[in-house]
Amino acid sequence: CKSTDTVNSETAVGPGSVQSESSVRRLVRMEIVHVYTRVRSEFGRYCLLSDCGPELTLDLLPDPGLSAQFILRTPRDQATQARCDMSEHQVNTERFETESSGVNHTEGGWPKDVDPNEMEQTIRFRKKVEKDEGFMNSIPQLGNIMVHCIQQNNALDIYQEYCTEEDDGDSAEPPSAKTINVFRDPNEVKRTVTCLSWHPDGGKKLAGAYSSLHFQTSHTSLCQDSYIWDIENPNRPELTLKPVSPLVCIEYNPKDPHTLVGGTYSGQIAYWDTRRGSQPVELSSVEHSHRDPVYKIIWLQSKTGTDAFSASTDGQVLWWDVRKLSEPTERLVLDPGREGNLERALGAICLEYEPTMPTKFMVGTEQGVVLSCNRKAKTPAEKLVCTYEGHHGPVHALHRNPFFPKNFLTAGDWAARIWSEDIRDSAIMWTRYQMSYLTDACWSPVRPSVFFTAKMDGVLDVWDILFKQNDPTLSVKVCDEPLYCLRVQDSGRLVACGSQGGSATLLEFCSGLSTLQKNDKTLLAAMFEREAKREKILESRQREQRMKERSRSEQSDAGRDSSDGLDAYNVQQLMTRAEDDFYSVVEAELRRRDEQPQVTEHIKGLE
Amino acid sequence: MAEVEETLKRIQSQKGVQGVVIANSEGIPIKSTLDNSSTVQYAGLIHQLLLKARSTVRDIDPQNDLTFLRVRSKKNEIMIAPDKDYFLIVIQNPSD
Repeated sequence: CKSTDTVNSETAVGPGSVQSESSVRRLVRMEIVHVYTRVRSEFGRYCLLSDCGPELTLDLLPDPGLSAQFILRTPRDQATQARCDMSEHQVNTERFETESSGVNHTEGGWPKDVDPNEMEQTIRFRKKVEKDEGFMNSIPQLGNIMVHCIQQNNALDIYQEYCTEEDDGDSAEPPSAKTINVFRDPNEVKRTVTCLSWHPDGGKKLAGAYSSLHFQTSHTSLCQDSYIWDIENPNRPELTLKPVSPLVCIEYNPKDPHTLVGGTYSGQIAYWDTRRGSQPVELSSVEHSHRDPVYKIIWLQSKTGTDAFSASTDGQVLWWDVRKLSEPTERLVLDPGREGNLERALGAICLEYEPTMPTKFMVGTEQGVVLSCNRKAKTPAEKLVCTYEGHHGPVHALHRNPFFPKNFLTAGDWAARIWSEDIRDSAIMWTRYQMSYLTDACWSPVRPSVFFTAKMDGVLDVWDILFKQNDPTLSVKVCDEPLYCLRVQDSGRLVACGSQGGSATLLEFCSGLSTLQKNDKTLLAAMFEREAKREKILESRQREQRMKERSRSEQSDAGRDSSDGLDAYNVQQLMTRAEDDFYSVVEAELRRRDEQPQVTEHIKGLE
Repeated sequence: MAEVEETLKRIQSQKGVQGVVIANSEGIPIKSTLDNSSTVQYAGLIHQLLLKARSTVRDIDPQNDLTFLRVRSKKNEIMIAPDKDYFLIVIQNPSD
């Protein structure tokens, strides 16, 4: 039978070859349809089908021109993983408690017939062994081997360490910190760790003062105990201290590691001896103590080793002899007007004392002022030597640099500042304002340029001012609660920080941050000197400017005599001048804006 | 008998040797140049260490055996020469 190829499209395709190309293209897109046509008159007639051979209907040859649209890619990388699905899961095992105890060894190994306590029997046994053949043969042999090794030892120390001086390798490592232990408050209601103190002998123990500093929280339900922890055992405190009121600060006696002194929330001072148990050995009387919580207490360097002084927000600094805590030995009121007026006194939050300078001490106050005081001054007025202002909030930490005692670090509001004793007006160096409030800071005892700060977002920052001054060298997120206090151990490697949730975390820092580098001291001395000089220059310039202003205003207005009036007048003058400037600038701007459209219209008109 | 004495004397005469103890395979000290309590302590403790060391070596390779054991500490060195029935302990302070 005959068949014609037609394409399923609107336009009729004639037998001509003109449309063959387009039809081929259309074929590519649509189905290939085979249409069978018959003349109408032949409808209904029986079809006679016959075999016919295969007929090539369509042959679509590959179009090499299309390959230009493709890029050949060989080899192809395809990653597959022939592995079963796995998931990660963390499990914390149950805590187990370990205890060290001794074991009693008794002699054993003796044969049944010999009693080890009977001298005769043991001697007889020994003599018998000595006569044994095996004994006499083997001992000389062993002796030979032994002598060889002994002589080896004597000839050369085979375990000698070579190249011990070369350990620059750790400076290339990035600074890191590791949490060693976390000591949690065992009570249900967690209190803040307000102060930590290391044991002076080797730092194997940590004393923590626990109290709640929130104003007027219910104190009856709060446990009043504070603890001494052994750093190896975080499960249980080694000793519980039971004061009459929660302790806000605590300090080990550097001379006698068994004694501690603590300041309580009620303002009293308590003295403990760890050999005598949990109750304080002595307690100061309520009438003669502070009237506000004692925020800081420090032991003094004295012949008897029993003197301490404490500070509190009631505005007083009291000196005590711990043998007789019924009354303070000395009293100082922090009145900036130097009159001893308790009403105007500044509340003290922290103290600073350096045993090498026993007559001087510094007090950090709630008002953001640091007072430098001299204990040995003749009159109370002279006791307050000078003030350093610069913080916008309470000064929570005050620490002298152990290598450069003339420079001290303060932490308060959102920045830490480094001061030089000689420059009163401002700090010589300061950190950027941080995102959260700083609660404590201290220098590292081994590296002069490193200091640590604790913040309210639970982050402990380590700053190395010789390395980077804009940002901390290392920031460690210790916990989610605010950190309240920070204490570095004397080795410089371990740092204990206490948080609001009652947990004290012990961190160990890498050796890069805790070993003294060769040029540290000289570089830091140069840095401090440079910054101090800069501040001095700024200070002198400011003074000059002030003098000029004063003389200018004096000249312009000869009528005013009193210095108060002069100052007030200056202020008034400055204000009017500022107002005038402001209005003139505004008017100029408005005028300019009015003129501009005129200008543009003028230009448009030109067009 | 005399050889044993001679050996001991030779060992003792070496530089840095602080003490010598001979003990049998049960840890009973036979001869010693130290005082009684130290002797008993050394013999007992070293015996245990020796058993452990020997069993360790044998476990790793049954054909192997312990020939000598040196314990170096901060203050001195303890050298132990074991034998089938006896062992010899020498405590030496290395000269360097």
